[in-house]
Amino acid sequence: MREVYVVGAGITSFTRLEYPLSEIAAYPAMLALKDAGLSKVDHVYVANMGAARLNHQSGLASAVVDTLSLTPAGAEVIENGPASGASAIKTGFLAVASGLHDVVLVTSAERLREVNNLEATDFVATLSHPLAEYIYGVTLPSLAAMFTRLYMQKYGVTERHLAMVAVKNHDNALLNFFAHLHEKITLEGILDSPEAMTNNPYVAEPLRFFDCCPVSDGGACVILASAEVAKKLKKPLVRLAGVGQATDSHCVHERAEPTDLLAVRGAAAQAFKMAGVTPGDVDVAELHDAFTILEIAESEEAGFFKKGQGHLALERGETRIGGKIPINTAGGLKARGHPTGATGVAQAHEIVLQLRGEAKKRQVKDARIGFTCNFGGFGNNVVCLVFKRED
Amino acid sequence: MSVDVEKILRPIDNPIPPFPPKYMMLAGGEEMVIRQVNREDIPDILCHVEPLLHVERDYYDVVAARLYSELLAYYRHRVQDEYVLVAQIDGELVAVVNGRLLSKEVGMSYHTMALRRGLRVGAHAFASKMEYHLDIIGQKEVLIVAESPIGFRRWMIEYGLEQRFNIAHELGGVPSWALTKELFNKARETLVVGRRPVPKHLLEKAQAAILPPTDPPKAPADLLAATRSMYDSTGTALMSQRWKQEGKL
Repeated sequence: MREVYVVGAGITSFTRLEYPLSEIAAYPAMLALKDAGLSKVDHVYVANMGAARLNHQSGLASAVVDTLSLTPAGAEVIENGPASGASAIKTGFLAVASGLHDVVLVTSAERLREVNNLEATDFVATLSHPLAEYIYGVTLPSLAAMFTRLYMQKYGVTERHLAMVAVKNHDNALLNFFAHLHEKITLEGILDSPEAMTNNPYVAEPLRFFDCCPVSDGGACVILASAEVAKKLKKPLVRLAGVGQATDSHCVHERAEPTDLLAVRGAAAQAFKMAGVTPGDVDVAELHDAFTILEIAESEEAGFFKKGQGHLALERGETRIGGKIPINTAGGLKARGHPTGATGVAQAHEIVLQLRGEAKKRQVKDARIGFTCNFGGFGNNVVCLVFKRED
Repeated sequence: MSVDVEKILRPIDNPIPPFPPKYMMLAGGEEMVIRQVNREDIPDILCHVEPLLHVERDYYDVVAARLYSELLAYYRHRVQDEYVLVAQIDGELVAVVNGRLLSKEVGMSYHTMALRRGLRVGAHAFASKMEYHLDIIGQKEVLIVAESPIGFRRWMIEYGLEQRFNIAHELGGVPSWALTKELFNKARETLVVGRRPVPKHLLEKAQAAILPPTDPPKAPADLLAATRSMYDSTGTALMSQRWKQEGKL
C-alpha cells in the first residue's frame, strides 16, 4: 500500500446552521482546499448520516461536488451511523493507498437541528436493533445510562468523575472558536451546590444534562493525498499511519460483558499495529464522548489506561491539556458538538491541527502522534485512526 | 376650582410585600442575586433594554419594546401595582422580570428577559417571579403568555401550565395560560431554587450599581437564522405529545 498524508483541513462552526446541507459540506471543503493549496481532486467522499430522512436531500455527494465546481471528480456519500466520518476517511485512505487516486477530498455535513429534538433523538435511536431495542423505546441516552450504571457498579466510577469529564471538555471548548458550547461549567455549579439538580438535571439517571452532548449542525473536511503529492505542498507532513475498524453485536445486551467495548479495543489495536506505535506513544487523542462515560471507557479500551482505571487517570489530571495524554482538546462531542456524520472528520481535523502545531491556545506541546476513535451505534461499529507527524 | 389631572391619571398602588432578595449558583459557579428594584432604579435598566429593540432573534425585539414600555410606565406612574425584579452577577444585569397584580388573588406576568443567554439565567428569574406572586404575595394563580418559542417551552411546557384561553392577557390580548399554586408546588423541587439571606458582600455589590451586560444577545449573522427562530417545532411536538397523553388530541 502507498503511504497516505493529510494535506488540507477545514471545519465549520458547530452550532445551529441555517444553510442547505450541501453548503455545510462545501464550506469546510473550500477551507481545506485553500489550506492545501489545491484546486482539483480526483474523488470526493461525503460523510453524512441523516440527509435523506432529516433534510429531504438524497444524492448529497452529487450536490457537493457540483457546489465545489469539482466535477467531473467522482463523488459518493459514506453512511455508517455516527462513525460515518471516520469511515469516509478510511474509504479515502483506501483509494489513495491502493493507487486508485492521488488526491481525495473527504468532507462531511450534518444538519440535525432541521428537525425538532424529539425527532432527532428518535432518528439517532434508529441505529439500535429494530426488533430487540428500538421498538421498546430504547434511545442512545437510555443505553448510555444503563452502561454507566454497570460501569459505576463494576469499577467505582461516580457522578463526580462524569462531571469532571464535562468540566474538562467545556474548558477545552472555550479555547476552540468553532465549538458549539462556549460555557464554562464548574463541579460546584453542576454537582455540589443546592441548585445543581436544577442546573444539571437527570436526563437518564445516572446521566445528567451536562453528561450528554448537544445536538449540533456542522461540517468538517480533510484532504488525503499520496506521498508524491504531499511532499510538493508546503505543509507539515501528517501521515494517516493507521486505520482500524471493528464491529460488535448489534444488541448491547447480547454482549458477554456489556461494559467491554470490544469494537473499540479491536479497532484501536488494528490502527496501532498498522501505524507501528503503541497507545503509550500517543501525544493527543480524540475520543467519542457522546456521553461522558464513553470518554472514560474508550480511554481504557484504546489502551491508554488499564480497564477500570480511566476515571482514576482523569482524577490525576492526566487527560487535561498539559497532562500525560490530553483527550478531546477541541472540546469533544460534549462541548465542540456532535453533528453525527461529521464528527469523525472533525476529530481528524483536530488531530491534524495538533500535529501541525496549529492548535493555538489548546496546543499540546510537541505533539507528533495522534489518535481518533469514532464510535458508531452503541459501540457496534467503531473506526480508529492513528496520525503521525513525519518531518 | 382647579383639577389636578395627574391625580386622575396616576394609579394608586396597593401595598404589596417586598420580594426578599435571594441568590443561587449557576452551572458555571457564578452566584446570581435576584432582587427587587424601585422606580429610581429604572433608568439604569432602560439603557440596557433599549439596544435589544434592534435584535431580531428569538423575539428579543418584541419583548424589549414591550418591556421598555412597561418599565417606563412603572417609572412614570402609568401602571398599577407593577413590580420589577433584576438578576445580577457581580453587579452585571443578566435578567429583568416584571409583572403586576391584576387582583388580590390573580397575578399578571409581564416579561422575562435574559440579557445573558444560557445556564438557565432567565428560567431562574422567572421562577423567582412566580415565587413572588404565589408564595410571598400569596396569590392563587398567575396569568402568563409567551412571545418566543423558548419562553413557551420554559413556561407552558416545563411548568405544565393550565389554559385560561377565555381570559385575554394584557400583552396584546392573546389567550392566557395560568400557573396555579398547585402546579407551582409540583415544580418547586425541580425548577425553583435560591437561598436566603443573600450574603452581605453579594447584596452590597448588586445594590451598588446595575452594571451593563457583558455579553448581551446579538442579532444572528444572517436573516435565515432570524426567520428560523420565529417558530419552534420542538415546542409543537412536545405539546402534541402532552395533549395526546391527556386525551385532548
